[in-house]
Amino acid sequence: MNAKRKQKLYIILALVGLAAVAVGLALFALRSNINLFFSPIQIAEGKAPIERQIRAGGMVREGSVERDLDSLDVSFTVTDYIEDVEVRYSGILPDLFREGQGVVVVGSLQPEGWIRADQVLARHDENYMPPEVAEALEASGYSPADYKEKAEEVSKRVEDNAASTQN
Amino acid sequence: MWAFIHKLGSPKWFYAISARLLPWLWVAAVALIVTGSIWGLLYAPADYQQGNSFRIIYVHVPAAFLAQSVFVSMAAAGLVFMVWKIKVADMAAAMMAPLGACMTFVALFSGAVWGVPTWGTWWQWDARLTSMLILFFLYIGVIALRGAFTSRDAGARAASVLALVGVINIPIIKYSVDWWYTLHQTASFTFTSRPAMPAQMYVPLLLMVLGFYCFFIALTLTRTRTEILRREGSKRWVRQLVEGRL
Repeated sequence: MNAKRKQKLYIILALVGLAAVAVGLALFALRSNINLFFSPIQIAEGKAPIERQIRAGGMVREGSVERDLDSLDVSFTVTDYIEDVEVRYSGILPDLFREGQGVVVVGSLQPEGWIRADQVLARHDENYMPPEVAEALEASGYSPADYKEKAEEVSKRVEDNAASTQN
Repeated sequence: MWAFIHKLGSPKWFYAISARLLPWLWVAAVALIVTGSIWGLLYAPADYQQGNSFRIIYVHVPAAFLAQSVFVSMAAAGLVFMVWKIKVADMAAAMMAPLGACMTFVALFSGAVWGVPTWGTWWQWDARLTSMLILFFLYIGVIALRGAFTSRDAGARAASVLALVGVINIPIIKYSVDWWYTLHQTASFTFTSRPAMPAQMYVPLLLMVLGFYCFFIALTLTRTRTEILRREGSKRWVRQLVEGRL
């Protein structure tokens, strides 16, 4: 490579590097605004504004979902397994809404510390599997969220189940 | 190796070498995409939670992979053009941009269609979705900037610079789901780690991803060949080639 081309290459790479640093710093400064939602810890620390529209996200605590029998009212607890926040909502929940699954609620934080939700969105984890694998994981005492670590361990059970249903 | 790369930089050599590769690439692309689609849409099992809407993954993930890979390739070609003044690199970069924009649109659109039944919304301003939308605008910007100059060389240089600076967005897209709280889940399928799904689901996905890559290379080579004929129309070898065929 001749000297002129080398110099040009270095200039271009330096410019791209500088732009990357600038973008990185801007994103770092804006990091709390880029987060889509507040976690229950942040809400407990008082970082979320009260009575303004916010999003809160976490897991739906197992056994916390209470449905009103006469209306669409539902209440549940969103947790990060450190702090909890109660959510009250009136409306239809998405199909993937389940206890122990991720959720993002759009609503306003009340002064008493619960959230009045206008919209409930279901989060999904990165695992996909057919129902028999999910059943085998659950039968072995794991949750489908443990797929990556535990799938091989329970794969024999899946095969046995498949063989027994065929017979 | 270096000699081969140098030869590729000459339009005439590029034209000759790509002619030998193209039939294989097109056959591989069509075979992989057809096999992957039929396998993924008809024979792969449905997901335990999402049922059949999970099958959108067989279009969404390969399109999102290409959207990012095409941009990186376009920027690399731009760098080669800027530093070494290789015209073929610029022709390839120009031919890649519309495909990348289409793939980004497909990823955004299939993601929105998938989001409605699973998340309960088709759009949220979450970091992954927003950075992908920015990628789409960058593609549009690269295409528009190239056309905005009367001199082809000035347009090519401006497009290369935008592509090189825009590459900063690629790691942001990739790591957005790890750096920030997002609605989009973390990656299920990467080339570096075990997929978060059983083989009967990821093998067709792998075929689709490979098929999309073959399609990208085949389409770029085919379009670059046409562009070579268009730009080098006054060269003797092109005239001989055309006259010989007529």
